[in-house]
Amino acid sequence: MGRFFVKHLLFLLLTLFVVSFLVFTLNEFSPGAVARKVLGAYATQEQVDLLTKQMGLDRPVLVRYVDYMRALAAGDLGYSARFKLPVRDVIFKHLANTALLAAIAFACIVPLSTVLGVAAGMREASRLDRVILMFSTVIASIPEFALGVFLASVFVVWLGWLPGTATLLAGGGWSVAAQLVLPVTVIVLFDSGYVVSMIRASVVEVMQRPYIRTAVLKGLPFRAVILRHALRNAMLTPVTVIMLQINYLIAGVVVVETVFAYPGFGRMILEAALFKDIALIEAGALVAVFLAVVTNILGDFAYMLLDPRIRA
Amino acid sequence: MSTPVAAGTLSASSPAASRVRARRWRRRLSALGESAPATVGIVIVLSWVGLALVAPLIAPYPPNANDMTALANTTPSKAHWLGTDQLGRDLLSRILWGARPVLVIAPLAVLGAAALGSLLGLAAGYYGRWVDLTITRACDIVLSFPVIILYMIILAHFGSSAWNIIGVLTLTKAPIIARIVRGMTLDLREREYVAAAKMRGESALYIMLVEILPNARGPLVVDMCLRTGYNVIIIGALGFLGIGLPPPDPDWGGMVKDTYGLMMVWPHMALFPCAAISSLVVGFNLLAVGLRELGLRD
Repeated sequence: MGRFFVKHLLFLLLTLFVVSFLVFTLNEFSPGAVARKVLGAYATQEQVDLLTKQMGLDRPVLVRYVDYMRALAAGDLGYSARFKLPVRDVIFKHLANTALLAAIAFACIVPLSTVLGVAAGMREASRLDRVILMFSTVIASIPEFALGVFLASVFVVWLGWLPGTATLLAGGGWSVAAQLVLPVTVIVLFDSGYVVSMIRASVVEVMQRPYIRTAVLKGLPFRAVILRHALRNAMLTPVTVIMLQINYLIAGVVVVETVFAYPGFGRMILEAALFKDIALIEAGALVAVFLAVVTNILGDFAYMLLDPRIRA
Repeated sequence: MSTPVAAGTLSASSPAASRVRARRWRRRLSALGESAPATVGIVIVLSWVGLALVAPLIAPYPPNANDMTALANTTPSKAHWLGTDQLGRDLLSRILWGARPVLVIAPLAVLGAAALGSLLGLAAGYYGRWVDLTITRACDIVLSFPVIILYMIILAHFGSSAWNIIGVLTLTKAPIIARIVRGMTLDLREREYVAAAKMRGESALYIMLVEILPNARGPLVVDMCLRTGYNVIIIGALGFLGIGLPPPDPDWGGMVKDTYGLMMVWPHMALFPCAAISSLVVGFNLLAVGLRELGLRD
């Protein structure tokens, strides 16, 4: 158990280091851009040069990288040129918004896909299986923005039941709960399509094992075979997949956030990237990678807890 | 024909070999017809390919031409079957033309990822030890990164063009292919025919590309089909986020981005491109489901 965590922790540090360095050097391809962005298009070149010097941006890359890492270690993430706020506050606010969206979506995705995946996989090639497989394939094929447009055209434009934007502000007369319905639905549908097919595949495989046949032959009711023998073994592989969805839910939902104008983490990074807000891009990328690797570790850990054979 | 044919290998150009190959292809195609999802999938995909090919001939208007008179009523009419967008451009023509960049970029990026990923996976699996460790770790790092964030940072930085999109898609998808190929190489390199090739004194490159890779293609084909569909989604999403193909040439994602804000008034402008991209991805994914079914059957 100790070795497991040490190994993964080292990988986490290595990844963070590589990513931070790459993002940092990537931004070196456009010198002067930071000062230009801060001052705006009408500043003279001398003003830009002066600010570049004041911010210390004219020093060699490696020197600044070391400086950046030192500040980072002290908990200083820098100042966002786009939002005119400390990066830490900007990230925290947007991350909290996305976490809300992700938590609700996750709470729907896991039970929904487990039920559908098991129902489809327990009798392979049955009519129920075919229907669920087709449904999940088609749903997972529709891009999130298209799904958003389809749902919005029905529930916003046609029926007028829901708001078309989820800005989390009270304006417009819609409650926050009503605002969250469409974004959550789009995420749940799009993501479940994928997770259902992974769980189904795993259940199909487990159902062919000898111990399932033994359980059926010794006269156990089908329900008991599924619940007691198949489910636990069939959830081994999908547990990793499910944990990886957290990663998608936090960093990958930028498209859904854009459709519904949701002030989330993904959109913050998009804005930072378009604005070349380097401090925010760098910190955002580090947070995203940190979350990705940590969910990965948690996935492996859950796998270990479920499977006594690899508990070492 | 005058070159001597090496013992045990069939020359690709001999008539007998081409007949065998033709028969094999015919059998594969008829097998494809046995799976309903594969049939539907291939019909959808081929229809889009056909429409994209003849777009210049059948599109009723040039894709970027503005019809100012149509702006009075942009909804579908006799002159504009699917209506026009907010600038009076014919939606049907734009959707037909918009199929072209997607159907070039998505498969090209998949081929690029397959080529790069196969090489990395083969090298990792075949050589093992530090080569394996380096490649696997590098792939893990790329895979641990939420890709859409990577796209945003890179494309916003270097600007977006067809080649840049192909580049980032290739780089971010290659590690997945590498992982699959590595796993299969670990298994295949212990086979007798690999040992035989080693005894014959073949080079490592020959063994990897000629002896191992062809035997690993089954799962790769299914995966490439799925990945083409995902690439179509990503290209659409990039266009929607405003970091896709540069305007004004039609791009399905970009068309949605420009018009989804007008949905309360003219929902058709966003709905038709959304339907187009969804149907294409459904086609690729059904094809993948069908191929997997057929692969499992025999």
